[in-house]
Amino acid sequence: MEVGRAYTRVDAADKVTGRARYTDDLHDGPMLVAKILHSTIANGWVKSIDTAAARALPGVVKVLTCFDAPQIQYPTPGHPWSTDPGHQDVADRLLLTRRVRIYGDDIAVVVAEDEVTARRALKLIRVEYESCPVMLEPEQAMEPGAVPIHEEHPDNILKRTETVVGQPDEALSDPALLHFEGHYQTQQVQHCHIENPISYAYMEHGRITVVTSTQIPHIVRRVIGQALGIGWGQIRVIKPYIGGGFGNKQEVLYEPLNAWLTTQVGGRCVKLDVSREETFQNTRSRHPIRFDIKAAVSSQGRIMARECVAISNQGGYASHGHAIVANAVNGFRQTYPDAVGHRSVAYTVYTNRPAPGAMRGYGIPQCDFAGECLMEDIAREMNWDPYQFRLKNIMPLGYVDPTNGITCYSTALARCMEKGRDFIRWDELRAKYQNQTGPVRRGVGMAVFSYKTGVYPISLETASARIVLNQDGTVQLQLGATEIGQGGDTVFCQMAAQAIGLPTERVNIVSTQDTDTAPFDTGAYASRQTYVTGKAIKKAGELFREKVLSYAREMLPQAGELDLRAGEIVDGGSGESLLTLEELAMEAFYSLEHSVHITAEVTNHCKENTFAFGCCFAEVEVDIPVGKVKVLRIVNVHDSGRLINPKLAEAQVHGGMSMGIGYALSEEMKFDPATGRLLNGNLLDYKLPTAMDHPELTALFVEDEDPSGPFGNKALGEPPAIPVAPAIRNAVLHATGVAVNTLPLSPQRLVEEFRKGGLI
Amino acid sequence: MMEILRCTVNGRPVEVGIDQRESLADVLRERLGLTSVKKGCEVGECGACTVLVDGTAIDSCIYLGVWAQGKTILTVEGLQNENGELSPIQQAFVEEAAVQCGFCTPGIIMSAVEIVGSGKRYTREELRKLISGHLCRCTGYQNILNAVERAVNEAHKFVGREEQEQ
Ligand code: FES
Ligand code: FES
Repeated sequence: MEVGRAYTRVDAADKVTGRARYTDDLHDGPMLVAKILHSTIANGWVKSIDTAAARALPGVVKVLTCFDAPQIQYPTPGHPWSTDPGHQDVADRLLLTRRVRIYGDDIAVVVAEDEVTARRALKLIRVEYESCPVMLEPEQAMEPGAVPIHEEHPDNILKRTETVVGQPDEALSDPALLHFEGHYQTQQVQHCHIENPISYAYMEHGRITVVTSTQIPHIVRRVIGQALGIGWGQIRVIKPYIGGGFGNKQEVLYEPLNAWLTTQVGGRCVKLDVSREETFQNTRSRHPIRFDIKAAVSSQGRIMARECVAISNQGGYASHGHAIVANAVNGFRQTYPDAVGHRSVAYTVYTNRPAPGAMRGYGIPQCDFAGECLMEDIAREMNWDPYQFRLKNIMPLGYVDPTNGITCYSTALARCMEKGRDFIRWDELRAKYQNQTGPVRRGVGMAVFSYKTGVYPISLETASARIVLNQDGTVQLQLGATEIGQGGDTVFCQMAAQAIGLPTERVNIVSTQDTDTAPFDTGAYASRQTYVTGKAIKKAGELFREKVLSYAREMLPQAGELDLRAGEIVDGGSGESLLTLEELAMEAFYSLEHSVHITAEVTNHCKENTFAFGCCFAEVEVDIPVGKVKVLRIVNVHDSGRLINPKLAEAQVHGGMSMGIGYALSEEMKFDPATGRLLNGNLLDYKLPTAMDHPELTALFVEDEDPSGPFGNKALGEPPAIPVAPAIRNAVLHATGVAVNTLPLSPQRLVEEFRKGGLI
Repeated sequence: MMEILRCTVNGRPVEVGIDQRESLADVLRERLGLTSVKKGCEVGECGACTVLVDGTAIDSCIYLGVWAQGKTILTVEGLQNENGELSPIQQAFVEEAAVQCGFCTPGIIMSAVEIVGSGKRYTREELRKLISGHLCRCTGYQNILNAVERAVNEAHKFVGREEQEQ
């Protein structure tokens, strides 16, 4: 079995020797360097820009401003194109903008012979602004009379949606039920992939090539075409290895600007070097969302109805638009289907913050924080065991979401919870930490989640795979799906090997996507690739296998039923080896009777989706006077169906847990409310957890076959980051009796809350 | 102002013209083509650019090229032995699945070379501290620690055996 093997990453050796090449490692020869001029106001207009001094600086090649850039508004999210204009992404960006919407907006750019000159030239540009009041919170932006950030949305509300399932109102006012309210707020955090989203662009044969650190090369190509108003075939996007993405690179960032710049300097190569500070300020982040929740629960502990109002802070640009908060309220509803009904109201509101977009979990880390805090708070108030209360209400097998039809084809959530409970010693420690006193106390907490796999039926799900035979009986696997650090390339090879009947060792993956040659796939997001691309690989592998066997039948007309196993053509009955794939390949390539290059290419239009599940259990120690939380032990248990590669799956979970720990305890983008300036946009002041901030991380699985997955598998990439923050929050609540409803649980916030709670 | 930098890089003497303002990271990447030296912040925060200078791990983004005059520099390109085998530290990173996107990897490996080279044994907590100058967003450091711990233990076993033989 190739699927299920703990196969060593196919790129590991290249990565430990430094031979794996990333965008900035690839260019050779002279190139120009571009640097962007960012606004020093957060809301207003550029009245004029004086570039004379900058242009006069020796070494400056070109200075371009918002007054020069094309006035074509374009969208930026990594969504598939929609053929329905009503469902197309919000097109609210320009390459350079006169209307300043965030502190640091892109208003001009210098192209110079070298970086030092480019930076010096930026300092020589004089800008005159007209400013408006800064609005960092939705409440400010929604106030009557607030200045519209985009004129298309005079009230600054990008979108409001309301979804009602069943009859929630009756239950929500039924005096026979128990009623609860909760208010929860998440913070803005950044992906902090260690490679910044760098790109370079040049022209060849009149076409534009952009080499870029992206998760979505085919979408980047399309959006460059939209932004420049040129045919999409005029653009070639190349995606080499990337140093992490986590959703930030599921967005078209500076590639359109970079593509435009090369056209402005006669096709010469221009590198757009994005600094860490620009990555924080000008690329995406995770939305702060406020949740106001009402719940009606029966005295037996069954959730009858809930209402969830979510207000998402979209910052200055639409990015993924309303999709993320819409996903958040759906996710909130799905994990615990209400017995009677549910209402969700979601707002996406423009403000002057740097625009958030997709980040590992796509709204679900936020809603899971709200949902799992709520479950804990209800259980606590009712004196129920939070474990049992959850168990009573989790999504059952066969659940069908009434709004979109997404179905629960498999669930091992209850068994995941059991495993997590045993690991943490739930019953024992819940009792032991019951009545503590003193400044240092311990607690255990838990949280669960559900997560759909890919984006069907909300968007198109399509993936293509190509398999090409080599003379020595190995194959090349070509995909539009991308390796972004998660181990995609390795599991794709395993899946192809499984489908064809080869050892994984004999599958070579073409890791780099070049949109001129890579098959079409929308890319790495929504934890979709092992599922959606996996289906394409499976079909392509089966077709390839069929073609090989058909050629084998030509070569072995006398033989009975044939099979391809471990790279050999064998007798289907006895298993006796009749021909190696190498022998067959040589014949197929060079036969004077019938020469054929055996290849297979398949597009799979995926029209299925399924839920992945999991939970986190944490034990913490809280030093109350200093507001410090130490995570002593932590475990994530996942139901992602069958694992393609258990070793990589485990590693993936570790990384997600780590991100969850930062989300819970330390990470937060902070702003100056007066100017809108980001105060901690660097890796020193933004508190990314280091090795010292981590406990040992334990990742466990329950492996059930999902009938809808290509190999019994379902989503794994994003889920590990989801349940950690609420599990830690609930553990702190258990330890101290104080419910903290705002992330992160930083020392400052905890000391405040402990004061309010009378502990200090 | 340009200046000639003479130093030893991965065991070979090097003579190269550099700008006095250039960081060692840029010298290694742009002038010598050693692109294992990654840049994640260029201000000494992330550790991706770590190389060894005379055996000591430094952030090469905040170390001037000219300071390396006469010194001995090691990057991961210099770790494979003459037969092309991975060093035990590299091997440990591969086998422990300590590599994901791989962008932090060369830098952490160079710190691991320094740690292992000290010949000492360390507790898990000490190792956490020793690699805390490196940021990794993919791994939660779990498998990285496993790899470093394994490399330290293996080196120690090896040293231990040599001691016995003497
Ligand atoms: S690039 Fe040198 S420490 Fe980050
Ligand atoms: S492996 Fe991606 S940053 Fe460490």
